[in-house]
Amino acid sequence: MKPSAVEIFIKYFAWLCGLLLMSASILIISYLLFKGVPGLGLSLIFGDTSPVDAFLLRRQVLTGLFPAMAGTCLLVLLAVGIAIPVGIAAGIYLAEYSSGDIKSFFSLIYDILAGVPSIVIGLFGFSLAISLHHYVREIYPCLLISALALAFLVLPYLIRTTQFSMESISPEIRLTAPALGATKLQNIAYVLFPRSLPGIASGVILAVGRCTEDTAVIMLTGVVASAGIPGSLLSSYEALPFYIYYISSQYRDAYELQTGYGAALILLIICACLFLAAFYLKNRLINRMLYRQ
Amino acid sequence: MKKEYFAEKGFLGAAILSASATVLILIFMIFLGFPLFRDGQFYTLLTTSWNPDKGLFGIYPMLAGTLSIVFLSLCWAFPLSLGASALISVIAPPGFSKFCKKTVQMLTGVPTVIYGFVGVFLLVPFIREMFESGSGMSILSASLMLSMVISPTMILVFTDTFESIPASYSAAADALGATPVQKFIYVILPYSRRGIFSGLILSVGRAMGDTLIALMLAGNAVAAPGSILDSARTMTAHIALVIAADFDSIEFKTIFAAGIVLYLFTASLILLVRIIGRMDMNSR
Repeated sequence: MKPSAVEIFIKYFAWLCGLLLMSASILIISYLLFKGVPGLGLSLIFGDTSPVDAFLLRRQVLTGLFPAMAGTCLLVLLAVGIAIPVGIAAGIYLAEYSSGDIKSFFSLIYDILAGVPSIVIGLFGFSLAISLHHYVREIYPCLLISALALAFLVLPYLIRTTQFSMESISPEIRLTAPALGATKLQNIAYVLFPRSLPGIASGVILAVGRCTEDTAVIMLTGVVASAGIPGSLLSSYEALPFYIYYISSQYRDAYELQTGYGAALILLIICACLFLAAFYLKNRLINRMLYRQ
Repeated sequence: MKKEYFAEKGFLGAAILSASATVLILIFMIFLGFPLFRDGQFYTLLTTSWNPDKGLFGIYPMLAGTLSIVFLSLCWAFPLSLGASALISVIAPPGFSKFCKKTVQMLTGVPTVIYGFVGVFLLVPFIREMFESGSGMSILSASLMLSMVISPTMILVFTDTFESIPASYSAAADALGATPVQKFIYVILPYSRRGIFSGLILSVGRAMGDTLIALMLAGNAVAAPGSILDSARTMTAHIALVIAADFDSIEFKTIFAAGIVLYLFTASLILLVRIIGRMDMNSR
């Protein structure tokens, strides 16, 4: 039987779409490599300061990306540090202690939080800062506020990955410890939690990736174009993705533009590495995490 | 057991704390934007234009900008994603389909700001040369790049849906001698209607919530757009741009209106996906 016209059309259309998507992504990445690779090097990161001096904070790096990278690192550590304990505990509650209506209520609320646009979370962080400013004069949009807002942004990821990886443990394993007389908490602490660590870890890595790339939240909560290394939790800071955004609209000369390409390439490499790590840890759960609803 | 009790309460506390974040965000915005809600001003804001010289601070142009960019980007991304996920799930040979899927998964990890950056230096000049109008920063450029951002997510949702059809359906089609394409048209597609719809809604939410692409590529003009080559400002970009203004001004209050609209819109999209999911469960 000869295939009908519709079938032939769909077949070619699908191939066309696939190739279009592939070539567009190859175009974007190779453009970045082509423009960015020539500028890569120590001077891109440290300017004319020596790396040792920069790390020991003996001299300020003025022209390189070092302050932006340091700012991003601190920000991510702080944000994920705030989000991990709360997120994992909430995930455990959802997987092990709740059921029925309460469970579906909580997961609806977390889905909504996951869907809130990041700029709105940024706006929340900003409102929080100006409200607190009435009581504590020192608080302006700053590193701490950004970290808090970013923690809100990644909480749903952590909760979901914890919940899914705990729920996907097979009943045989789940029932062994209680059959031997272990309490619920012991079962969680010695069996279920260790078992789901790979899944949780990949969720944590994805959360780190989200914090690293997010620009909208930090734009409203304290990132600036030049601040040096942040001195305290209440000071403003630089960050890599914001630097890329800033350069794209405000670059003054070819050198700055070149730094911008370099920064974009570095960010892409960091995110790709994080992504591969998460992937390596667990790729069964991964699609649901990537939906990013 | 005291320890058991406290552990459970601790986990519950964390769950409540996280849930309260969702509510807190909305409350803060309503609280700070409160003056807007008196005398039905909120509704007027959504329908009037933005012209500070005349004392008009409506966010209608941003609403129109958001809707047109989202709509146009879905026009590119939806067929593309449907085709690509058909390729991955059914049509391509196994090796190539696996490679495609891996690539798509990697693409979801590419930072949005990088798409924006490449867009500014690659897509915008191209659009400018091609249509010889304005700066090239337009709804068209933003929607094209935005479709690159939302497609990978949509493809993953679609392929998951396509692959979740019951084995008996698939086997029945094979037994009747259907080719893969025929199986896709007559079995998989009808079965995945709701999944496709959910994927589409999720993508609307993502496209709407995206800030960077529109901020960097759409030009941010405050007039309501007239054609796809016009520059436009989305609500998200509006929030990012006005933040520096004076805290007490009405101009500043409008960003809370934009924030509330975005929040409520994305929340209702999530609810809709939920309801579709329920219907799906009941119908099986």
